Amino acid sequence: MLAYTVRRILVSVPVLIASTFIVFLVVVNSGDPVANFATSRQPAPSKAAVQAFARHIHADQPVLERYWNWITGVLHGDFGPSVQTNLNIGHDLFTRFRVTVTLVAAAMLIALILSVLFGAFSAIRQYTAADYSITFVGFLFLAMPVFWFAVLLKQAGIWINEKTGSQFLGTIGEKSPYLNVDTPWNEFVDRIGHLALPTITLALVSFASWTRYTRASMLEVLNSDYVRLARAKGLRRGRVITRHALRTALIPLATVTALDVASILGGAVVTETIFQWHGMGEMLVQAASTVDVYRLMAWLLLSAVVVIVFNLLADLLYAVLDPRIRYD
Amino acid sequence: MTESVLEVDGLTVEFPTEDGTVRAVRGVGYRLERGEALGIVGESGSGKSVTALAVMGLLPATARVRGSVRFEGEELLGLSDARLSDVRGKGIAMIFQDPMTSLNPVHPVGYQIAETLLRHNPDLKARGARARAVDLLGTVGIPSPERRVDAYPHEMSGGMRQRVVIAIAMANDPDVIIADEPTTALDVTVQAQVLDALETARAETGAALVLITHDLGVVAGHTDRVAVMYAGRMVETGSVEDIFYTPRMPYTLGLLGSLPRLDREEARLTPITGSPPSLLHLPPGCPFAPRCPLRRDACDGAEPPLRPAGGDGHLSACHFSEELVGTGAGEVFEAAGADSAALARFAEAAPVNTPEEDAV
Amino acid sequence: MTDIEAPGAAGTQVPFTDGEFTVGQRSQTQLVLRRFLRHRAAVISLVVFLLIALWAFVGPYFWHYSYRKFTPDNSQSPSWKHPFGTDSSGYDAYAQVMRGTQTSLKIAVMIALGSTLVGAVWGAMAGFYRGVVDAVMMRIADLVLTLPLLAIALVISSRSGGSWYWIALVIAGLTWAYVARVVRSSVLSLREKEFVEAARALGSSDARIIFRHLLPNALGPIIVNATVLVATGILTETALSFLGFGVQPPDTSLGLLVAQAQTAVDTRPWLFYIPGAFIIAIALTVNFIGDGLRDAFDPRQQRVRQ
Repeated sequence: MLAYTVRRILVSVPVLIASTFIVFLVVVNSGDPVANFATSRQPAPSKAAVQAFARHIHADQPVLERYWNWITGVLHGDFGPSVQTNLNIGHDLFTRFRVTVTLVAAAMLIALILSVLFGAFSAIRQYTAADYSITFVGFLFLAMPVFWFAVLLKQAGIWINEKTGSQFLGTIGEKSPYLNVDTPWNEFVDRIGHLALPTITLALVSFASWTRYTRASMLEVLNSDYVRLARAKGLRRGRVITRHALRTALIPLATVTALDVASILGGAVVTETIFQWHGMGEMLVQAASTVDVYRLMAWLLLSAVVVIVFNLLADLLYAVLDPRIRYD
Repeated sequence: MTESVLEVDGLTVEFPTEDGTVRAVRGVGYRLERGEALGIVGESGSGKSVTALAVMGLLPATARVRGSVRFEGEELLGLSDARLSDVRGKGIAMIFQDPMTSLNPVHPVGYQIAETLLRHNPDLKARGARARAVDLLGTVGIPSPERRVDAYPHEMSGGMRQRVVIAIAMANDPDVIIADEPTTALDVTVQAQVLDALETARAETGAALVLITHDLGVVAGHTDRVAVMYAGRMVETGSVEDIFYTPRMPYTLGLLGSLPRLDREEARLTPITGSPPSLLHLPPGCPFAPRCPLRRDACDGAEPPLRPAGGDGHLSACHFSEELVGTGAGEVFEAAGADSAALARFAEAAPVNTPEEDAV
Repeated sequence: MTDIEAPGAAGTQVPFTDGEFTVGQRSQTQLVLRRFLRHRAAVISLVVFLLIALWAFVGPYFWHYSYRKFTPDNSQSPSWKHPFGTDSSGYDAYAQVMRGTQTSLKIAVMIALGSTLVGAVWGAMAGFYRGVVDAVMMRIADLVLTLPLLAIALVISSRSGGSWYWIALVIAGLTWAYVARVVRSSVLSLREKEFVEAARALGSSDARIIFRHLLPNALGPIIVNATVLVATGILTETALSFLGFGVQPPDTSLGLLVAQAQTAVDTRPWLFYIPGAFIIAIALTVNFIGDGLRDAFDPRQQRVRQ
């Protein structure tokens, strides 16, 4: 398994290079930051200033050379220059990554737990009112635009705060702006309060799709011969469901969860924007609107690494959970 | 009479579908004496497996089951699932057709044997269960059972896996073992070994056996009595000798005629033409009539009941069973055009549109 | 727990629908149609979806306000004159929602069509030729699949100027790989079937085998996937427009309408709820239609494991 892991990591290096190169071409051609600089400033900058700016952001270099300088720079911890003169992209990225990780992890965890519970319940009670309701709610959530639901939740949060006279549910930012939180406990409560609504928002879609997945997978297993044999052995219902049905039905869910990480990151962009978090979402939107090439690349590189890592984790987890899979 | 371990009486099973009600089992009854072996024979879709699953209480919730199933005098139908689970695996054990899918792929085989031991023996500890699992694996003929106890199902062949399933079935010393086509999915060479393991299990536990199969050869070698099923009903029952030497129902005759035999002069096999009726729209009369060479007008009018025919305990459901005394398949069915391809078709009885296979 | 096939239903299923076997094709189509019509939610959804589409595309010709003309009434709640109310600058929300629905639908359908076309041909070729061709083509598809859809779309469409087909093209350029994967796996199993062997023995060209034999037989999964893509498409487009990287004013889309209304949820809630409800209605009905088609094409499948 160790050899397999090492091999997989080695294989992912060329994948990462190919994917970042394609992305780099796309990003470089997505706009002209130099023209923006030249036209958007008042008073108009001198020609020399524009050239200096172009040189600063490496816009004067040919693409291949630019890419090469960037990727080698990244290996040394240098993520390249931003159009915002004083911004250290590496530092910015990791600060924001920490913020976003909390949100994504919380949302995935909640979505996973709830979807397994609801999906399994729905399958066990197939064709009952409960099953139909869960299925319909799942369809509804899958059809609901994240941004619309987020705005709605934000309104609900404000309303609840008003009614209860508390400030527990934060609707702006990942923490209270003024640090009126004195003890670690109060800070924790403040963070949780700010985390609650965005987490629900982000968990919604994954919850819906994983519930459907769990239900389908569970149904297949419940109709399997080995579950029938488990029942023929006289095992009690609860044991058949947990040890035989769920245990096997959840294996493929590991893969699905990991593959969904990319789209959850996308959902986080929208969620963070609405709740005005200073996370990776804000970074992406800012960088895209200013055509900040290296900031975009930093974002995309990190997300590519996350996706690759999660894919690897999924495969390893699969081998741990399913004795039929062996890597060597 | 009091010796019966299992009594099935007037059992009917129906499945509501969008196109109407599938009447999979229509009034099946049998009585199993302690230690006795009963063979149930029929084509796919004749209701053999559904009957077995109804006895075990393992049919899907949509199935409508009526009649009576008494185990050791206790009525099982209508019992709660929790109460039934006390009987399953201890009183009545079951072996399924496909060993490749019968075992859970994520648990070692020893674990799956120990599970049923621990379930029915509350005093047993994990270590004791494991030791017993090793014993059981040895009993059913698995080499080096101490090592194999930790193997996963995918590490074993089909024959090995079916032996594990047999070990599970015999684990709690059951009174009845129901084996649903235990060798159908296996290679011919392995079939005999698995049947031997089944015999060992029976000898060890003294359990009565219900052997469901479409292979008359298996029935002849391993059972005392035979019941032939067609279109959800029993059409003939009797001792092995009754059925093989003095069949009183054209369908049984047809089954025998399509069996290759070395002791007979007739070189040709006699196939039964046509296919079993749809259980969705059964004709009013005898369900075998459309395929029966002896069909007369009376056959389309009413379905013949199971009546005494010939020897003691020999029953048959044919309006004209008396006329069949002493006839052979070749005389009743036209032998023309019979060939081994037809036999193969019958033997494999395409599982495509059989409600029985779909239901379970 | 289990559904029991009517005896004969599964047996009469015709395994392939090649154009040259018209009888087989018709019975297969009829079977699919019958099964689809039995799925009540799917049928209702289809009707609702078609009504919404009709309303969005034909409605503007019969409505007395234009989505880009001010009316003298501003910030009005829904009335007979303005069924969906008006916004603070006096735009008629009914006309705007009609236009927004039209744009969003156009983009979503374009995404589904574009990525299905590219993905189907791509996947069919990879599955048909196998070997090196397959490896290279599928690695490319995998590469596309690892790109974060929303992020890349956001980057590219920042220079789109908000033209609807550009947005559709960008999103389709990132979703075709899903289709390619699905089609490849169907083709891999189809190419072993006898009728493909027969076609090859008759000397049919590769292109003919792919387009006349393989793709028509993979139609079920392709169509089901296309409906899923319509839903994905509309949700991605509206999210992009919401973030300000999609459709640009003066044109409008459902996502843009929600974005513009988000600060006015309290004061002019109709501006926020109505376009949102339309997005949900479209995505919901499309998903139900997809579900019905999935059941219709393959009644006993439970496509869980790949």
